[in-house]
Formats: sequence, structure tokens, C-alpha cells
Amino acid sequence: MLQDRDRIFTNLYGFHSPDLQAAKMRGAWDGTKFLLEQGRDWIVNEMKASGLRGRGGAGFPTGLKWSFMPKQSDGRPHYLVVNADESEPGTCKDREIMRNDPHLLVEGCLLASFAMGAHAAYIYIRGEYVAERYALQRAVDEAYEAKLIGKDNIHGYPFDLYVHHGAGAYICGEETALIESMEGKKGMPRLKPPFPANMGLYGCPTTVNNVESIAVAGTILRRGAAWFSGIGRPNNVGTKLFCVSGHVNKPCNVEEAMGLTFRELIDRHCGGIRGGWDNLLGVIPGGSSVPIVPAEQIADAYMDFDTLRNLKSGLGTAAVIVMDKSTDIVRAIARLAYFYKHESCGQCTPCREGTGWMWRVLTRMAEGRAQKREIDMLLEVSTQIEGHTICALGDAAAWPVQGLIRHFRHEIEKRIDDYAANPHSESVMIAAE
Amino acid sequence: MAVRKLAPEELQPQSFVLSPETEAFADKEVAKYPPGRQASAVIALLGKAQEQAGGWLPRKAIEAVAAKLDMPVIRVMEVATFYTMFNLEPVGKYFIQFCGTTPCMLRGAGDIRQVLERRVGEQNHVSPDGTFSWLEVECLGACSNAPMVQINDDYYEDLTTENFEKLLDDLAAGRPVTKGSQIGRNRSEPFQAVNTLQDPVLYDGSLVGAWRTRFDEQAKAAETGEAAAAMASVPQEMKAAKPTAGRAIETPVADTPAERAKAGETPINPVDRKEAADPSKATKGDSHTESGARPAPQSSKSYVASPTKDGEAVPTSPTTPEAGTPPAQAETRRDGSESKPDVVVDKDNMTS
Repeated sequence: MLQDRDRIFTNLYGFHSPDLQAAKMRGAWDGTKFLLEQGRDWIVNEMKASGLRGRGGAGFPTGLKWSFMPKQSDGRPHYLVVNADESEPGTCKDREIMRNDPHLLVEGCLLASFAMGAHAAYIYIRGEYVAERYALQRAVDEAYEAKLIGKDNIHGYPFDLYVHHGAGAYICGEETALIESMEGKKGMPRLKPPFPANMGLYGCPTTVNNVESIAVAGTILRRGAAWFSGIGRPNNVGTKLFCVSGHVNKPCNVEEAMGLTFRELIDRHCGGIRGGWDNLLGVIPGGSSVPIVPAEQIADAYMDFDTLRNLKSGLGTAAVIVMDKSTDIVRAIARLAYFYKHESCGQCTPCREGTGWMWRVLTRMAEGRAQKREIDMLLEVSTQIEGHTICALGDAAAWPVQGLIRHFRHEIEKRIDDYAANPHSESVMIAAE
Repeated sequence: MAVRKLAPEELQPQSFVLSPETEAFADKEVAKYPPGRQASAVIALLGKAQEQAGGWLPRKAIEAVAAKLDMPVIRVMEVATFYTMFNLEPVGKYFIQFCGTTPCMLRGAGDIRQVLERRVGEQNHVSPDGTFSWLEVECLGACSNAPMVQINDDYYEDLTTENFEKLLDDLAAGRPVTKGSQIGRNRSEPFQAVNTLQDPVLYDGSLVGAWRTRFDEQAKAAETGEAAAAMASVPQEMKAAKPTAGRAIETPVADTPAERAKAGETPINPVDRKEAADPSKATKGDSHTESGARPAPQSSKSYVASPTKDGEAVPTSPTTPEAGTPPAQAETRRDGSESKPDVVVDKDNMTS
């Protein structure tokens, strides 16, 4: 088990005060000026060497992302935007950072902005997180008051930090949609290129990072890339917040080393699977966007990017949704399909029309009111949505459905058989529209 | 996409003026953004206007926000209808946003929903006394504390039917309620089983500054020339996680000779390929010799082929029967088999 001393979010459970004074006692804002004095290149190289992969889902190396920002400003300001629009079903880690350990995030914003030459940063927090927004704003105000950030601060690097909020749109977690939303428009993703590092917020070079990626920066720089990369398994290093929900005895958020096994995670922190390990049906290991993995494959799998990708799933945001055998798996995935239908921004036709279509077909399949050949049709349509949209929401909507068909086709077929075995007055062919 | 429309005219108030408080709030928000970028404050300001209007956004409020931010009304209208936190119709004094997405559903959100249906009534309808209204929303991001609802600004987590009924009773009666977890959990820790973050040294300040020894050692090492060796072991360029990372489904490169050979198809013999390329053996033009026997178009609007030069083949689609061809004839001509008797026809077009 990860030692307490190696945990970054030491106030994850909010048993201690989130105030500046208490945060300083826990090690935040400790020698920030010294770190800044090491220079911009040192910070970027240290982040690269730490092997930190972005915590927002895609797992892109954070240090590398920072290095994409222009080295010299061409007159346009640079921006850091922190993506706190945490809306992926199953994910609830950034919320805990923002309400319990906000100073780690505020400090990380300063360090990251310095590393990319940004003098202003925005934190885009989802609209529903009202209490978290106030908690974060309070931390920002405290930092201003203590002259840790601001135009004239003790670090000698002018830096402004603002809290911006959304109003309930999952799609705004996509970086270009988030930028559009920040500019006061509908959150519709932009085509890339140009990438935000060249043309982002207000047409200026911008980097969008997840809350967790930014909040760990201070501790990594202090304790060193070697410390961080020494935790976990090759290419999947460091500590990670896991959000466990669903059918475990004690659902929780916990910071653990990457690459511990699923069994360790559940037994050590979550009190085991409800009804014992034999009762496990399947797990969605990285938030709703990744395909489900059946029990026998996940039980002893390492919880990291590469292992889960080889299981045709993904670590995503490390939001572990556990389902036991009481779960109506088809209905559970149909509910996710509804989520994507609801959250599609409507810009690209395959997604706008396809998400609704998949939801309607899955709803029928959950009752068994379908034909078996429609299973293959559903799979075919899902592959037509995947990869044919501007942003990854189309992919994210298709993968859970593909995962369901890959591992639980027998369950859908059984329902269709059960339904067909009983007399029904209405026709089966209420079409797929 | 969610279909969202403004409330019907009879519900719309005649006028709406931003209160001085809202105006001041707007100025504060606009100041966060660079000059000329006041549109960035539109979400914050619409939220404030919604608060002022009693929990929902009338048309006049949207127009007032547009005027305040110097934006075209339609741009603000777009934003108000796009983001689901803007209520376009009146809501109850306690507006309950019930999370029904899978993580909550797995923990029993269905039971909470039944309570709401029984006590408050249909979704999106204000209860007769105006106290409650509810709406099923998508994941609110408190999944480790599922099931949960948001009532106005506050989260109420770890619900059961009993404590949720009590919560509604307390709200209706105006009694104080506990925000957050309803079972006495602090945040999202494993309930009554915390076994991490117990080490007192994390909190007594004794670790502050401890990390500096690393830099002191490095500074010392630099004097003896070891720093260069230490830095050399640091990888200079990380490999990008793209394009495969996070992409769960890998699509095999379809239809390459190697793939087909693996699937059991015999590769084409180079000799045969050469023979096939021989122009003297081509079947070009053969299938169109009977074009004179084609029946006349049935409608005057039918497609009439433009005259072609002698011997030039008219390209025909292998799957579409030509316009005006009787079905029976079309059936035999569809795949071109009778003009190329040696070709094995794959009617389902599976291998090509």
C-alpha cells in the first residue's frame, strides 16, 4: 500500500482545514519561489521526467503538453485554463481537491503558468459545484491576500488567477468546447488544428489541463521527478486518485499508486465487493466513456493506462464503477447511452443522431423487444459514430455500447429469447427509427 | 441533445430589470476578462439573473443580460437554451435536481425517484403549494456518495428512502437540514473505515522543507561533476500517449494483402495478374452489344444516355439496375455474371 508520506492530497477527506495556514502546514506553498528560480525549462523538464500522464482521461504526458506552448510570446498573452468541469459519470475526484486541498491547485496554477509563460489562468469549474466554487474562490482570495499570487506578489512573477464557472454541459469538459464556453458561446468543440497551444482562448496560446494534473505539480517539483516516477509501473507512474462507486461495501475516493491491482484497491479501501468477489459482474474502470471489463478479466488486472488499454478498456479518469450480479447490465449501459444522448452538443450528425438511436435500440434490448440481428446492427452503427465526429464524445458514446456487446451479447440474446417466448400483443418491429 | 424552449408567453413576465446587486455582480465578473471579452461573463450573469428572477430565466431577463453585456440577444438566447442549468420554466422554492446516471442508479437512485414521484409528482412540474419541483439530471459528480440530489445550490448525498423522506419533510416544514452526507459521513472517505492519511507527521508541519535536502545534495554533486551524469539518465523526450492511449478499440488496418492472407485468402499469382492486365483478353464492351434490345423508357422523364463513340464502353454500376430495365432482366444483369461467365460472383459483396 502507498505510504501516507507519499500521498499528495493529504487532506483528501476534509478532516483538516482547507485554509492557507493549514495547507502550509501540510506542505503547500513551501519554497514555491525557490522552484520558480530553477527556471522555466527546469520545471518543464522535471515534469517530463516525472512521467506524469494527464489525469483528465486521455493520459497525455503533462510535461510534454506544457512544452508545446510557444517559448517566446509573439505579443499575444498566454493562458492556462484548468479544466474543473468534472462531469464524467463516476468521476468525483476534482471536487475533493477543490473543496479540501484547494491551495495545491492554486499553487500548481502558478507553477504551470510560469512554465508556459502565462500571466493569467482561469479555472473552469462546473456550474453545479457551487460549494466547491466558493471554497476555491476563498483559497484564491487567501492567496491574493497573502501576496502569493497577483500583480505584485512575493514570487516576483505577475500572475492572476480567476475562477470561471459553467452551467451544466458535459461537453464543456472537452478542451476546445471549454474554450468556446469560456468565450461566452455554446460549448461546441472546435476543429483541430489549430491546436489550443497556438490558438486557444481569445485566439491566444492556451493549455488546458485537468485539476489533478495541475494540483500534483507542486509536490512533484518539490520531491523530484525520480520520486514520482518511482511509484507505479513503467510508463504508468505516480499516484492517482481513484473514485470508486457502485456495488462495493464502502465507496470512496482514495489516492493510490498507479498499477495496484483492482483487487487490492477494492479490498484495502472499499471493504470488498458487495456480496463477495464471486458476486462481481463487471467493472467500468475509467468513467462512463470506457468499455466495461468483465469480472474475470478485471479482478487481478493492474489499474493503469496500458494494462486497461490491453483489456480493450481504459483508465480514463480512474472512476471505477463496480457492478455486481444484481445489476441489469443492459439497462445500466442504456442509461449511459441516454447520458450521451442528453449531452451531445448537436454539432456533428453521427453523434447527434447516433446517440439517440443507440439509446432507443438499447432501451428496447433491455426489455428484449428486439431482433438478434439488431445487435450486429447496433455494433455497426456504433463504429460509424466512433471516429467520425469533431470531438471524442462520439467515441465515448460508442465504446460503452461496444463493450456491452463484446462481453454481454449473451445477456441481450437471452432477453430477446425470453421476450419472444412470451406472447405479446404489439409488434416487435417498432423500428429503430 | 436536450430540447429546450422558453416558457410559454402566458408565463413570461412583462418586464425584467437587473437589480443593482446583479449589476454590481456583472461588473465584477466582466473585470475578470480582458477588455472587449465581456461575453465571457454571460454564464455567470445569466445565473445571477436566474437567481434574481426566482430560479428561472424569463425572456426579458435574457434580453436584459444581452443589453448589459452588449451582446446580440440571439447569442445570449443560444447560451441560455444550451446549458441545462438555466431553467426556462418556473421551478419550486426547492428545486430538486435528481441524479439518475448509472453510478447513482446502481446505488438505488430508482427508489429516490419513486419518492419524488410520489411526494412531488411529475418531473418538471411545481408542486401545488409551490414548494418543490424536480428534474432528473445527468451525473452531478458525487458518485462515491451516491445516490444524491442537489436541492437549489446544495448537495445531499448518501440518500436512502428514509433519510430522503425526512429531508423533504424538514425542508417543507422549514426545519434546518444537514447539507452533504445524510448518514454522517464527512466527505467521500470510506465510511467509518478510513485507514489512510493517519500519519500525524503530515499535519504537524515537520515535513515542510524536508524536500530541500535533494537540492542541497545536487548542489554538492554539481561541484564534483556528478550532476551531468545524473541528468543524462533523465529521458529527454517522452513518447506521446497518442494516438493509441485512451483509445480503447483498436481498428485493424482493413484490407491489406497481409491481412487477407492471414484470413485465409490465397494471394493473387503474379502470372495471373499479368494475364488479367493483357488488353487483348479484356471483356470490354461485350455487355453493351445488346443495348439495342433494351425496352423503351417507361416515362418520358427517364434518363436517356447521351450517344457514345463507337466501341467506347459505358460504365455501368454493378449493383444498380439501369433505369427502365424490367425487374426480371435486372435480376439477371445486376451482377454482370452473364457477361463474364468465368467470374465467380459474390452476391453479398463480402470479400471485395
